[in-house]
Amino acid sequence: MKQFAKLFLALDRTNKTNEKVDLMKAYFSIAPDKDKIWAIALFTGRRPSFKIKSSQARQWAAQEAGIPEWLFRESYGSVGDLGETISLILPEATGILQERSLSDWFEYLRKLPAMNEEEKRNHITAAWKQLSRHETFVFNKLMMGSFRIGVSQTLVVRALAEATHLEPGVMAHRLMGKWLPTETSYEALILHENKNDDASQPYPFYLAYAIEGDVSGLGHPNEWQAEWKWDGIRSQVIFRSGELFIWTRGEDLATDKFPELNILKSWLTEGTVLDGEIVCYQNNRPLPFNVLQTRIGRKNVSKQILKDAPIGFLVYDILEMNGDDIRGKSQEERRKLLEDIFERNPDKNITTLSPLIQFNMWQDLIDLHKQSRENVAEGFMIKRKSATYQVGRKKGDWWKWKVDPLSVDAVLVYAQKGSGRRAELFTDYTFAVWDSEKKLVPFAKAYSGLTDSEIAQVDNFVKRHTLEKFGPVRTVTPKLVFEIGFEGINASSRHKSGIAVRFPRILRWRKDKPPEEADTLENLKEILRSFS
Amino acid sequence: MAKTLLQFTGKSIHCSIADVHIDPWIPVDKAIITHAHSDHARWGSKHYLAHKDSASMLRLRLGKDISLQTVEYGETFTINGVNFSLHPAGHIIGSAQVRAEYKGEVWAFSGDYKIEDDHFSAPFETVKCHSFITEATFGLPIYKWQPQSEIFDDINSWHEKNKSDGKASLLLGYSLGKMQRLLKNIHLDGQPIYSHGAIYAVNETLRASGFDLPELTLITKETDKKLFKGSLIVAPPSADNSIWSKKLAPYSSGYCSGWMLVRGAKNRRSIDQGFALSDHADWNELLATIKDTGAEKIFVTHGYTSVLSRYLNEIGIWAAEVKTMYGDEEKEEVTIDETPTNEQSAS
Repeated sequence: MKQFAKLFLALDRTNKTNEKVDLMKAYFSIAPDKDKIWAIALFTGRRPSFKIKSSQARQWAAQEAGIPEWLFRESYGSVGDLGETISLILPEATGILQERSLSDWFEYLRKLPAMNEEEKRNHITAAWKQLSRHETFVFNKLMMGSFRIGVSQTLVVRALAEATHLEPGVMAHRLMGKWLPTETSYEALILHENKNDDASQPYPFYLAYAIEGDVSGLGHPNEWQAEWKWDGIRSQVIFRSGELFIWTRGEDLATDKFPELNILKSWLTEGTVLDGEIVCYQNNRPLPFNVLQTRIGRKNVSKQILKDAPIGFLVYDILEMNGDDIRGKSQEERRKLLEDIFERNPDKNITTLSPLIQFNMWQDLIDLHKQSRENVAEGFMIKRKSATYQVGRKKGDWWKWKVDPLSVDAVLVYAQKGSGRRAELFTDYTFAVWDSEKKLVPFAKAYSGLTDSEIAQVDNFVKRHTLEKFGPVRTVTPKLVFEIGFEGINASSRHKSGIAVRFPRILRWRKDKPPEEADTLENLKEILRSFS
Repeated sequence: MAKTLLQFTGKSIHCSIADVHIDPWIPVDKAIITHAHSDHARWGSKHYLAHKDSASMLRLRLGKDISLQTVEYGETFTINGVNFSLHPAGHIIGSAQVRAEYKGEVWAFSGDYKIEDDHFSAPFETVKCHSFITEATFGLPIYKWQPQSEIFDDINSWHEKNKSDGKASLLLGYSLGKMQRLLKNIHLDGQPIYSHGAIYAVNETLRASGFDLPELTLITKETDKKLFKGSLIVAPPSADNSIWSKKLAPYSSGYCSGWMLVRGAKNRRSIDQGFALSDHADWNELLATIKDTGAEKIFVTHGYTSVLSRYLNEIGIWAAEVKTMYGDEEKEEVTIDETPTNEQSAS
């Protein structure tokens, strides 16, 4: 356990992904195989449940520490992590009996589900008594989960690939699907060759730069094609050897997350690779990104999610056809081939071509660009018709042309403490604008966009300028002004301000502006009128 | 009801019989100052009184020309029949608890205090009293300090590792208190110790007043950055990830603070290492000290005031929260650390 605890804490300490990969790689090079498979399972969200309720663990720890439950709650509120709170609150370990490895501890935990309450309690507290503070923390994570140490499946794949000298794509594929650490081994899962190792291999994505200056600077409009820029998940869909593989831009293999796309298996020809955007999609129209967000982080895609957040795949490029790499063909040719293929598409609800925008002059495009928001798009993608499909972010042939976010200057009026990494700090803010009677009307909540040092300053301000406390919420002296950006605006009868904004976020702190000069509700209503 | 010996007026801890204010946060006539951190020692009062070891720092921070009377620990001074004396608080150099006695009734205000002897400030002494006014900066049972020797060992091995990796060690800690404690206790290898201006100013001032502290090398625009490789560099926490720290690369940063006991606090700052070294009493030390004073009434001034006072009441010790403007020097560093630099350029 010492080895794994050391890895765990080191991973937690650094926020540099390369260092995380190196740490895991070092661990995978020296740890016993039976520990490795558990480590991989943990880092990729495959920890078995041991049926321990957090309320039980809380209670046992408070009793061991001899403190009342309210004091445990206060402590937890300050730490923001249950496993860690327990490790800090327990009395010092009485004695380390014997070193157990990571897999030994899992075997120890696997006895839990068959135990009654009293036995469970004794089993857990006995473990706590022989583990150091750091080990107790890691042990609690094994028992109850909720790892927040910034290790994604992608990083595990990279580390394993480097440790085993295999292609990352191959490794990603081997880690896919529904395997359990109790039913497989490191040998079988990681080291054995898999018949589809090669079939799953994606092409590197071609990425665009933001357009510089005016679109007319690109030259003759005839040389270019334009598509809406969708706000979704950039994805590559591969159909080879009768299997479908979905890669997202972070080089994550996400096949299991989008079962809707299995429909492609019924009509795509063998050896096809498509590039496009996965968005939430209903009635032939993309849904806003926040709908997609409800589904992104989920490990299991439930029936309810499939119903509430149905996805669609808006296809705009083809990279492989009949098993041939056609990235060297021009954009125009690839588009033609893609359109031909989609003639056969039997389904128009889930997979569909991302349409080309017709325009003769740049001015046409400039006019249409203003309608991006109504089309649930972020703007345009402008692609040179003669362009090949390139590797990575390259200037010259693909440009993204995004609409500016809407924004107003607003005054901070309420603040609330965050959780997890932001526990103990006032990081969740409510902003207000002036109404016609010179009163501040709250209109948006936002909690991102500030640097850590700015958060510390605002936190300090909140603590010193609290007017009233309502439970966790504090009202503060209206003094600080921030520019708040948002993606959309709607009339709303549920909000006091009469408007609701989408994805509000802090663009910057307007230290130069006194609160009296912040925007008014009338300014917001003007924006609303111009967009509806 | 008759007035108590010390009162909480919303601008200081006030002794109305003597008309003396302790650690006032607005200008007053007569102020007794527990220690030189800026949330306790504020600008603008007519006369100050503090322990003699606080004098040079108070003059650095409040101005050379302040009217300042100094006393020794345990020396009694009587104002209008009230006997006052200062007693070591162990928090930083010159830090004191204030004892006030009038007609047999004794009150004590702890200021900020630390129990473990840091080998630089005078070690903490318990003051027996009827009413004890205590801080509660770390008044939660999660805060239990490791012995400082273990933390100094950790810092030493971290510096050794950085040296072998060809990196500088940027040791971050509050400029007054924490940094002197570190410089007195960690292993110094005889190589130059490079310093940020804020810490340099404090160090020079203390050295000039006769305190035994190592010499520091001030980093200026002209300092050759090649010299930093493998060296120890000391700076206030706010200097990390600033324009100032850019030229130190490659370096590993290590932040010394009691808050570093909790991962969240560590992860919020982009630092490489956190060392949970605090200049305040931890949970068990707060409780033990409160019991040792024998006080019947406890007033809790800052930190986790509601938690500590509720717990004390539950275990049968009368306690109440008091609203003050004292805070945690480290959490205020954002604004405070700018001052020494200004003073430096002014001097």
